[in-house]
Amino acid sequence: MMKANGKSEGLIRLEIDGRTVSVPDGSTILDAAKLLGIEIPTLCYSPLIEPYAACRICSVEVEFSGGKRRIVTACNYPVWEGIKVYSDNAKVRRIRRMIVEMLLARCSSVGVLKDLAAKYGIEEVRLEKQEEKCILCGLCVRVCAEVVGKAAISFAGRGLHRRIATPYDRETEDCIACGACALVCPTGVIRVEDTEGRSVAHEELQLGPPKAVTVPFLQAVPNAPYIRVDRCIHFQTGGCGHCAEVCDRDAIDYEMKDEEIEVDAGNIIVATGFELFDPSVMGQYGYGRYRNVLTSLEFEHLNSASGPTGGRIMLANGDAPSVVGIVHCVGSRDQRYHEYCSKVCCMYALKYAHLIKEKTKAEVYNFYIDMRCSGKGYEEFYDRLLAEDVRFVRGKVGEISHVPIGEGEEGKLVIRVEDTLVGIVRRIPVDMVILCPAMKAQPDAKEFSRVFSCSVGRDGFFIEKHPKLAPVSTTTEGIFIAGACQGPKDIPETVAQGAAAAAEVLSLIDRKEIEIEAATAVIDEERCSGCRICNTLCSFGAISFDEQKKVSVINAALCKGCGTCVAACPQGVIKARHFTDRQIVSEIEGILR
Amino acid sequence: MNFEPRIVGFLCNWCSYTGADLAGTARIKYAPNIRSIRVMCSGRVDPVFVVKAFAEGADGVLIAGCHPGDCHYQEGNYKALRRYLLLKRVLPEYGIEPGRLRLEWIAASEGERFAQVVNEFTEQVRGFGPMNFKDSLLESMKNDVMIHGEPETQATGEQR
Repeated sequence: MMKANGKSEGLIRLEIDGRTVSVPDGSTILDAAKLLGIEIPTLCYSPLIEPYAACRICSVEVEFSGGKRRIVTACNYPVWEGIKVYSDNAKVRRIRRMIVEMLLARCSSVGVLKDLAAKYGIEEVRLEKQEEKCILCGLCVRVCAEVVGKAAISFAGRGLHRRIATPYDRETEDCIACGACALVCPTGVIRVEDTEGRSVAHEELQLGPPKAVTVPFLQAVPNAPYIRVDRCIHFQTGGCGHCAEVCDRDAIDYEMKDEEIEVDAGNIIVATGFELFDPSVMGQYGYGRYRNVLTSLEFEHLNSASGPTGGRIMLANGDAPSVVGIVHCVGSRDQRYHEYCSKVCCMYALKYAHLIKEKTKAEVYNFYIDMRCSGKGYEEFYDRLLAEDVRFVRGKVGEISHVPIGEGEEGKLVIRVEDTLVGIVRRIPVDMVILCPAMKAQPDAKEFSRVFSCSVGRDGFFIEKHPKLAPVSTTTEGIFIAGACQGPKDIPETVAQGAAAAAEVLSLIDRKEIEIEAATAVIDEERCSGCRICNTLCSFGAISFDEQKKVSVINAALCKGCGTCVAACPQGVIKARHFTDRQIVSEIEGILR
Repeated sequence: MNFEPRIVGFLCNWCSYTGADLAGTARIKYAPNIRSIRVMCSGRVDPVFVVKAFAEGADGVLIAGCHPGDCHYQEGNYKALRRYLLLKRVLPEYGIEPGRLRLEWIAASEGERFAQVVNEFTEQVRGFGPMNFKDSLLESMKNDVMIHGEPETQATGEQR
């Protein structure tokens, strides 16, 4: 990136390795080299931060117009008219080799230095070797101060004792856990860890804190990125602001506020989906303790071609697994958690087994209670997997542990399970375990149901009006439900329900008129005393007072027919159609005869 | 002979009646002493109905509606609660133990709870023993609960 800063519009011509280039005044040699595509190695440089020239690895030789030559650092040396730069001559290479050798002596196992050593032909370090990881480039300190606007880390000690530290070496409140220091660290010595103790998820799945600028998910509509205010450095410290700098379209506006938009709608389709059961409450499965115990969703992410590993299935240490166990019915079909069957797990477990076989040649075990493969082509797929030599063990897994007892259990996760078909307890050592957690209702479904006055069942999912005749309707007119908010279901079923709900709505819109409940209340105007007690009782504002006639009147279109006003009328002149006093009294008399 | 109390249940259409239905479809056993009357909302239960039921020979009355905040009609169950508290004070005037009237919130999904409430309440009422009104009191009760509404003989267009 060029730091022209608009100081001067003048262009400066210089020569790098015999090639001429013009750059704005105020640029550095590194900027000019980048423009020509000439690579100059850097360690302590980041385009986001003012250059610092701490590592000296970007040293180049400059020849001035008078023929005088000098070694300078490219990252912070401003360009001059007519200078000649040698970025990779013998002298420069010699100097860089010395720098790399000294750094490598300090940090003998850092990958980026090993690469540089290979590039500059260093075979043997002549200095005493140390096992430091930090090269003291100061990028982290500077990014924290300059970009983030905090000072959570800084240099401590002098000379030999110089190191990066937090104030008093303690956890500091100044750290906002933005992860910027880890991002810029060239050696990877800074890692972001969850001090709450959940450092156990698959490393590949937890690459530091989530990004502050992100799209909600891959297929989101609209597929536009947004800023997560709780994660964004700018909103916490007022610093950074780099996204606005790099956006050509000026689309980033930090002043924008969340707004509530009111939409008038005659029909609402509730499709709020489900939540995945958290298997860490089932301690025996070790989720949250063992890195290679994943949930199905985490595996899906790992296995995705656009995921963190590009679809490569691997363990926490990067190796391919040789044995994988898939545990069905985690938290579903279980009296202690959710009694119902989660419905989709059998089939995706089969899909995983197939993909693992295909990608890694690993042995795959499925631990199931019952295989429920009802659906078009599903049973055939199951048969195909049986033929593919996927192992199926009928039995609920009792425990997953890393304690080796028998042979071949060293360094493995051991699944202890009763094989109910053979009638023995087996110990099966595996490398990776995939848990299939229950689909459960959204935690706020209950509050949600109050907003829409539809009801939720014992399992927390929304209840349809009628399981056969009105499967996407609710007890409230104009409110429809679709998808997993109604119960666990797979994608084809969800799509069908969504289409059904949409069709229900369309049929209402298309008709241009609606049928209202026949069971409404009516006031006998002749006998109404005009006391207005009923006026305040109606939750729907259906009762008004006719000032001229001095009687209360019910608007039949607004009345829902609850009958609260009927029970309250001291004159008894309000009648609830279909539920008249006379009808109910007759019922009382009838049942007590 | 064992005393089998007769209990009238006023169940709201959306929650409690559906809950009772669920108890039925789930084949949950509960005391057969309850006779249910469906109303659209517990707010429809006129206190007069309760007195009428006792006058007609009920040994207990159960009113069941949606849980607070869950009312299909937003707040009908709160109205029912008010009337219930009022009835609790009125019933002793007739010599009826307030414990013979019960108000419960039963959701559509709570079939088991419905059965449990009915069983519990049946035992509670059984504990009180049979109702024993003097004829004169019964007469005055029946007068008190004269049902208003359209005159019986006069057929109006609204009558359905």
